[in-house]
Amino acid sequence: MAKMTMVQALNLALKQEMAQDDSVVLLGEDVGPDGGVFRVTDQLIDIYGKERVIDTPLAESAIVGMGIGMAIHGLKPVCEIQFSGFAYQNFHQLENHAARMRWRTQGRLTVPMVMRAPYGGGVRALEHHSESREAYWAHTPGLKMVIPSGPRNARALLVAAIRDPDPVIFYEAKGLYRAFREEVPEEEEVMEIGVPQLVQEGDDVTFISYGAMLRPALEAAEQLAAEGINVEVIDLLTISPLDDRLLIESVKKTGRAVIVHEAPRSFGAGAEIVSRLLEGAFYYLEAPVQRVTGYDIVIPYFSREKAYMPDTARIIKAARATLNT
Amino acid sequence: MPRSRIDIPETIHYLSILDEHGVLDTELEPQIDDKTLIALYSAMLLGRRFDERMLDLQRQGRIGTFPPIKGQEAAQIGSIFQLKSTDWFVPAFRETAAEIWRGRSLESILLYYNGFNEGTIIPADQRDLPMAVPVGSQILHATGLGYAARYRGTDEIVMTYFGDGATSEGDFHEGLNCAAVYQAPVIFICQNNQWAISIPLKQQTHSATIAQKALAYGMPGIQVDGNDVLAVYTAAQEAAERARNGDGPTLIECVTYRVMMHTTADDPSRYRDDEEVERWRQKDPLTRFAVYLQNKGLLDQSREQEIETEVLAKIQTAVDSAEKQMKTLGEPLDMFNHLYAKMPPSLQCQKEEVRQYLANNTGEVHHG
Ligand SMILES: Cc1ncc(C[n+]2csc(CCOP(=O)(O)OP(=O)(O)O)c2C)c(N)n1
Ligand SMILES: [Mg+2]
Repeated sequence: MAKMTMVQALNLALKQEMAQDDSVVLLGEDVGPDGGVFRVTDQLIDIYGKERVIDTPLAESAIVGMGIGMAIHGLKPVCEIQFSGFAYQNFHQLENHAARMRWRTQGRLTVPMVMRAPYGGGVRALEHHSESREAYWAHTPGLKMVIPSGPRNARALLVAAIRDPDPVIFYEAKGLYRAFREEVPEEEEVMEIGVPQLVQEGDDVTFISYGAMLRPALEAAEQLAAEGINVEVIDLLTISPLDDRLLIESVKKTGRAVIVHEAPRSFGAGAEIVSRLLEGAFYYLEAPVQRVTGYDIVIPYFSREKAYMPDTARIIKAARATLNT
Repeated sequence: MPRSRIDIPETIHYLSILDEHGVLDTELEPQIDDKTLIALYSAMLLGRRFDERMLDLQRQGRIGTFPPIKGQEAAQIGSIFQLKSTDWFVPAFRETAAEIWRGRSLESILLYYNGFNEGTIIPADQRDLPMAVPVGSQILHATGLGYAARYRGTDEIVMTYFGDGATSEGDFHEGLNCAAVYQAPVIFICQNNQWAISIPLKQQTHSATIAQKALAYGMPGIQVDGNDVLAVYTAAQEAAERARNGDGPTLIECVTYRVMMHTTADDPSRYRDDEEVERWRQKDPLTRFAVYLQNKGLLDQSREQEIETEVLAKIQTAVDSAEKQMKTLGEPLDMFNHLYAKMPPSLQCQKEEVRQYLANNTGEVHHG
């Protein structure tokens, strides 16, 4: 096994899927010789050529719209949108077509396509480059919304996304691209989409998070452990469709939950999770469920970004609130 | 029922007045007074030197990522000079020189690239939109502004800027189409700098020119040497006259070159040769304009030095003042302001939550 950054792990997933299935094609802005602005597609054009690693004109609607056509024809396009902040330019293609082609044609035509895009803050980027808007896609019936939290699951989930028979939105936290390395096996590894993961067991309170926010959640759990508070940590991995069974089971045990995401609080993933917990574990709850999230504002330019992003201290404070300590 | 040729009313011209060697076509030379010529030169030089200083600051970690404009000064300054203060300016993100000409302070640019929202405050008397990072999206705003200006019976015109890459976005086509349909007084300036990050023009469009796209929408289009400030000035002057006379929009393609990286986060060695860059460096817009001014007896070494000194002093003052301001800015609670005309109660609660959190965790008092 090699130690890889998330960028390298994603590159490995693409490289191997393209090797074993020639219907897999990549398209996007600067994915060719430049290797993508974050280098996720680095050198793939040298291996697979420009017919399969397609540098497109600057048009997101074209990337996703053409991707839909390709997918209907039987290819498995992996569309790269350079930053998720520019995926609104292709919103209608996903909402009006990709998400509902199977439904409209009663199963005759399908769109096995992936849209990859970097998302999230904390990297001192220019405006429009730091948003976390997974809720838009999670709100669209027919799409799957996946967000890995590290190199190894990023690789295994991207493989699953490419093989998935339905359109998958795959958000990659920019803050994680090169933040740390993990062992990633050379041989095939696939994770099931739609299944949250138990990262750490504990009895006192459940942390539910995903993407870049999983790390501060784990750090907070570690600090609380030093005080004898045992935190159970769940990594959502798939935001939608949301499988709540593990979450409900966990909260039945701990009676307390803290949800952490960097997206704005209102109408975010946290709101849906709270509802599911109320529906499934109401009589087990010992305290109101806490949300540690971004605020209901545009993420500020980077000099104020730190005050916006959830951090370990905020998570610990929320945990204490559920524990009344 | 013949098969016959359809004559489309417009043709496309290419305009070059002062070539890369400083050779002048005297018949095409625009009549510009001496003071304006020196003002054009000074504005171009300020754009150049400020860009260079920003690159230094960025490399020293004193500002964040930014897109350099070097080599595109003529395309920006030649065109923006045609706007009056009552007209509207709708930039993309690589128009620093034009923004400065319109009155944006160097300090505000430095604040912006240092991640301060204060860097996008627009003075009340300025009819400028803030930079637009989503490529091509601003083009439609220009059309809307132009429509409104006509509707309200003013003689204002609108000038919007975008790159060659932007011409692939739907917004570009929609913006031009609507402007032509409504005969809106808009000048569309394409800074064709040959690259959109790593994508060269020939992969961006199969058209021979960008200017010809105007024909499809039924508006005049012209291609100019974008490194020739006299050509850009002339084309923009014609377009401005047309717009002011109620004769509708124009597309101007300024053929120029991005001699630097796309942004300071980009590494162009991955996708283009230095040779090509070197060839374009020889066509520098400032060098040839200086030769022109020298030949006219408007610029000698001492005058050149004088302008240089003035420009550098202005930049230094701005850097000092911005760095001083930054020490006092950055109150986190301000991030809640200006989202709505009236802050909704739910947001007031969130702001209060942050105030209390910060007070308990840092001991600082916040007055956002
Ligand atoms: C809608 C959208 N897609 C992608 C990007 C990322 N991006 C920023 S600039 C750029 C290239 C722009 O090329 P061009 O229009 O030629 O302008 P230039 O950068 O050359 O000035 C890209 C792809 C963006 N900002 N907005
Ligand atoms: Mg360009």
